[in-house]
Amino acid sequence: MKSSTKEFRSAASRALADVRLQQAHEVVYNGFHQARLSAASDTEDWEAQRTLGKAIKDHTIANLDYYLDMLATNVEKNGGKVYFARDAADANAYVREVAEKNDVSTVIKSKSMVSEEMGLNHVLEADGIEVVETDLGEYIVQLAGEAPYHIIAPAIHKTKAQVADLLAEESKSERRESPEQLTRQAREMLREVFQRADMSVTGANFAVAETGSIVLVTNEGNGRMATSMPRIHVAAMGMEKLVPSAADLSAMLRILIRSATGQRISAYVTMVNGPRAHDEEDGPEEFHLVIMNNGRDRLLRDNSLREALNCIRCGACMNSCPVYRKVGGHSYGWVYPGPIGSIVSPVLTGLRDGAKLPAASSLCGACHEACPVKINIPRMLLELRSQTAQGEPDRQQMASGFGERMTWKAWRQGMMSRSRFEGGASVGKLITAPLKRDGWLNKVPPPISGWTDSREFPAPAVKTFGKMFAERKREKNGQ
Amino acid sequence: MHSENARDSTLRANLFVTCLVDQFAPNVGMSVVNILESRGIEVYFPFDQTCCGQPAFNSGFRNDARPVASRFLDIFEETEGPIVCPSGSCVAMVRNFYKDLFRGYPDELARAKRLSERIYEFSEFMVDVLGIEDLGLSTDIDATYHRCCHLLRELHIDEQPAALMENVEGLTVKPMERNEVCCGFGGAFSVKMSDVSTAMLNEKLDNVLATGASTLIAGDTGCIMHMQGGLRRRGADVQVVHIAELLDAKSDLNQSVKR
Repeated sequence: MKSSTKEFRSAASRALADVRLQQAHEVVYNGFHQARLSAASDTEDWEAQRTLGKAIKDHTIANLDYYLDMLATNVEKNGGKVYFARDAADANAYVREVAEKNDVSTVIKSKSMVSEEMGLNHVLEADGIEVVETDLGEYIVQLAGEAPYHIIAPAIHKTKAQVADLLAEESKSERRESPEQLTRQAREMLREVFQRADMSVTGANFAVAETGSIVLVTNEGNGRMATSMPRIHVAAMGMEKLVPSAADLSAMLRILIRSATGQRISAYVTMVNGPRAHDEEDGPEEFHLVIMNNGRDRLLRDNSLREALNCIRCGACMNSCPVYRKVGGHSYGWVYPGPIGSIVSPVLTGLRDGAKLPAASSLCGACHEACPVKINIPRMLLELRSQTAQGEPDRQQMASGFGERMTWKAWRQGMMSRSRFEGGASVGKLITAPLKRDGWLNKVPPPISGWTDSREFPAPAVKTFGKMFAERKREKNGQ
Repeated sequence: MHSENARDSTLRANLFVTCLVDQFAPNVGMSVVNILESRGIEVYFPFDQTCCGQPAFNSGFRNDARPVASRFLDIFEETEGPIVCPSGSCVAMVRNFYKDLFRGYPDELARAKRLSERIYEFSEFMVDVLGIEDLGLSTDIDATYHRCCHLLRELHIDEQPAALMENVEGLTVKPMERNEVCCGFGGAFSVKMSDVSTAMLNEKLDNVLATGASTLIAGDTGCIMHMQGGLRRRGADVQVVHIAELLDAKSDLNQSVKR
């Protein structure tokens, strides 16, 4: 997927001005966020489960080569094929080749964010292959020609009326009204495609190294149909999305599902152990697992960012994020929105263009508190701000302007001596004296002029605390 | 746990007042001094202090933040005993983020760790160190409370200010919707992403005004400036006060010592 992380500010402004989108965003807080909070409070040892989840992911990522090797060996033992893709283009080439070899004309997809990274739908469509998303939300955004708005609720920004229009247009049938009718309509449309598809492409919520299984968590059953009906099943995963053992999987499922939707268990948890065996009645003839890097090694190599690979893509950080709730998913300009996206997207697509994303945070910490594997997202946002502000030696991605750099140099000069600090306060007081109205200013100059677009700014106090305290001390001593 | 010491009149606290309080809200600092002195604590203010380095650090300019933070260490290493600071954000900087700022600087890292063990946010110091929850105050203020982000989620300080407020006789703290959600300040974020910050502020202020409270209490001066500035622009007659001002019998608020 092409990145437009650079356009964050203009995209955010458009979303902020869109009243309907602002209403739609409320559901992430009132719905998903609250659901997660109650699921967490209903789980007796929730904090211990988060700690365990973090430990499992820390361990896996620290031994990633070992577990990837184990996973590949076991997938092959189960009769599947494994392809390690360097990047999106490499992964696309492999999937195209599989499709071509098998004369595939229709591909059904179960939700996969990695395939969004690849931009796979467009690649296959360019080859004349029909590609149909089968997760209802994904299907809706596909019909609308848009990218997912949220990693677990891709069409959260669409109204019932918009969905009705999209489905009516696609099916060339009567426009339906109620959610039940619309779901039935989509079901009928998708059922037909399921029956004739030759190949499926799914994601993987987890892969289990010791068993060579991939695991899909869904609520609609489309994942199960996609992995059992077509002749060929291709699963695509980021190289970080594995756990060592089935016991680890069980621990991770507990926290993933509660954190994503607040459910204790999703309607379907599908485990795929390779292609159909000789004594089995259904399942695909071929199973391929594409394990993609696509810049993840840059996270892996950076001690201060590695923790981002612990992410299990539950969406809890975006549901808790007050910035996401204002700017919405599309403003972030790439596959992964919200707090974790503000780390992953710039590193995977380019820090210089993506520098706006780590800046788009008040560092409130709601994401860190919500994360089921306790990823310290604010800390990494700060890390990326540092790498983009002053450059990081081996990446040379400095994105700050000359003016900003000079401002901070001046700030530093001011803070390195108490007399300059007092001097700055006196100058500030002098300049603002004629402009202030009971201690407040209606306009301030750059670089902080943005403040007074919507807020008054406090004028510097008549006396600094330092001066007040010194005077008080003198008075006391005089007594 | 240290409440025995509290009665020891020789206890000294070193005040790190923060650059924002120093320059924009000195009364908050004076309230901290008044409260501590009223409990027999001698307040020492290291006069050379300026800033902990957080503004530059948060903007990514660590090379500019580091010397300022080193200077902060120099100044407060000269002191002995607890350091009290009326800001969750600045305490979080020292306690949580100096680790990152001084990564690769083992000497400063060790010094920062030692210093972080004796720095306390104001309400934390009152309740956890001094063991004081009741300052013997009474008031008729009708208020609501905003849980500032760094206090709540970086330092996990939430019960302490609640306990201090609960023990002010006659104080009404009206429940506010989404009182844990950020006001949109975020330092440079408020000017760099002014429109996003404003949208967050507006949600916060709607929730504040919906309580009908005349006073909004909070624990961090940046957030207070932000919310007060927004309320003023709206023409809303709500005053935003720091919890130290609320708890200071000598401040201009309408409260007094009981009996």
